[in-house]
Amino acid sequence: MTVTTDWQKSAYIGGQAADARINVELETEGMTLNLGPQHPATHGTLRIVVRLDGEQVVWAEPVCGYMHRGYEKLCEVRTYPQVTTLINRIDWLGHFANEVPFILAAEQLMGVEAPPRAQYIRTIFFELARQANLGLFLGDMGVQLGAITPVFFAFRDREYLLNLMEAATGGRFHPNFDRIGGIKEDLPKGWIDECKGAMKRQRAFCDEIEDLLMGNEIFQTRTRGIGVIPAAVGLEYGLSGANIRASGVDWDIRRDEDSPLAWKHADWKVWTHPDGDSFARYWVRLQEVRESTYIVEQLLDGLPAGSIQAKVPRIIKVPAGEAWMHTENPLGEMGYYVVSQGGLGPYRCKIRTPSFNNISILPWLLKGVYVPDVITILASLYFILGDIDR
Amino acid sequence: MSSEADAPPAEAAAEAEAETEAPAPRDELREGLLATLTEALGDAVVASEVAGGDLTVRVATDSWKRAVEVCRTRLHMDYFCFLSGLDWLPNPTLSGEKVWDTDDEAGKQGTDDEETTDIPTAVQSGVAGGDTRFQVFARLYDTRRHVGITLKADLDDNDPRVESITELYRGADWHERETWEMYGFDFAGHPSLRHIYLPGEFEGHPLRKDFPLLAREVKPWPGLVDVEPMPGEPEGEGEGAGTEGGDAG
Repeated sequence: MTVTTDWQKSAYIGGQAADARINVELETEGMTLNLGPQHPATHGTLRIVVRLDGEQVVWAEPVCGYMHRGYEKLCEVRTYPQVTTLINRIDWLGHFANEVPFILAAEQLMGVEAPPRAQYIRTIFFELARQANLGLFLGDMGVQLGAITPVFFAFRDREYLLNLMEAATGGRFHPNFDRIGGIKEDLPKGWIDECKGAMKRQRAFCDEIEDLLMGNEIFQTRTRGIGVIPAAVGLEYGLSGANIRASGVDWDIRRDEDSPLAWKHADWKVWTHPDGDSFARYWVRLQEVRESTYIVEQLLDGLPAGSIQAKVPRIIKVPAGEAWMHTENPLGEMGYYVVSQGGLGPYRCKIRTPSFNNISILPWLLKGVYVPDVITILASLYFILGDIDR
Repeated sequence: MSSEADAPPAEAAAEAEAETEAPAPRDELREGLLATLTEALGDAVVASEVAGGDLTVRVATDSWKRAVEVCRTRLHMDYFCFLSGLDWLPNPTLSGEKVWDTDDEAGKQGTDDEETTDIPTAVQSGVAGGDTRFQVFARLYDTRRHVGITLKADLDDNDPRVESITELYRGADWHERETWEMYGFDFAGHPSLRHIYLPGEFEGHPLRKDFPLLAREVKPWPGLVDVEPMPGEPEGEGEGAGTEGGDAG
């Protein structure tokens, strides 16, 4: 038997109605359009097969796997410290943020907790990764809608964040900096001032984008009311992060769950938007970048002194057990289900990535929309291919 | 059913308030959820655990869908997180075995602060583990009370089969396809079990422990001997230590 609630019924009726409209209004011959695998709107190699009737989508099916790298299998043949090298590359724009939940899961199994300074620095890098990731989205969304300039601004200002990352970790894209029980190095001299400067720049960038793009009439027309996701449907598909907050769900793991990381020491706000359309998703992400800069500034001011590494054995063996740890990554909820058998490496590591769930809604969402809106919806859902295919 | 689904949000809100007042009732919340689940499912709850701020429940295979339904309707788990599989085969032909061996050698060279753990010869499985080789597990979450549940079910060794939950959570569709492809579990009632990552003609189930990882069979993983020294610790302690490696992605 099935659970039928009102929204399920209405969603079903809506779908049927869309079908009926297509059939009645347009008696044209159907056409199959392949979007991708190399389309710029797909941020990598995702292919979307769309069946069209005139200008309207009748049926859509994403085809993933062009970049499947088998990380869950590879994790099983690596030691815990080596796994971070792999998982850096899942969401390559949110690099450092990928490492954190895995390390936290391993720490939970070992009963180790990193010292406060390490937790602060982790949180700061986590937020820098968020800004680098979402900042690019803010520019890239413009490109998808035909405005070229914002993406140059985005790349320009992301550079400051990457330089900060490089100065502290040595890696621009793949810092590989998080360690069980702490982090690899302390912050270099002068980094804090540099970082504060970069946060000001990020806010200036947000203002600029808001001015340039969000107030733009064409942008508004093309995003408002396009790709509306009701909260209940989004949750059922497992949408998370800004995608679901843009549907009015006030849920942020950083705030709502007890995490060893330092978000609780900063005063900040979770932004939501009631509309659930492409514009709302853009708006929420813009606010998130801005809020993130405030978090970083507060944490830099309150940075405690002390060690950056808890005492852990030189050879890391994780006691047998299972742990689930998730964090609010730039793209949404990312989590690792780590099963250990007491050895050097994970016995099983299930990687729950946000983008996989975020785009699984596409067959439902794309039904009945027009071709140019497909691009808007894809861009506004914001996925990273490495994050879908793992 | 609809009356059940309508009534409890008020109760849920009350519980959420109680939770914000004091951190301790958090586990009471989970125990309450477990009690509801046990009441609804009866003997179908094989094992359960409330530990580390998390709730894990193992249910009988034929009650899998029923358990998910109870979670959805009575425990108000509105958010579908993931569904996946586990293979408890104790002796992988992967280099997993080699990993344990190296561990042993490195352990013998002796760092004193290291606790000696036995090298696992058989896989341990308790509440979290399983009686059979295969296990399907799913994670559901309540976005209002911020509480999640991990549901598990053991599957038959020769015929891993379980009911599909796509009717309850549409997001489970892709996850079941992935699990079908990676583990070979059959989800009865799934609209179309097709490959999602791998090419259509692919044979075998890559995440099963007996599926060889060819790259490792051909050439041993160079990172096996890599043990990075901790910050502040003198380098070169023990053989093979202190080499900066393992950056091969």
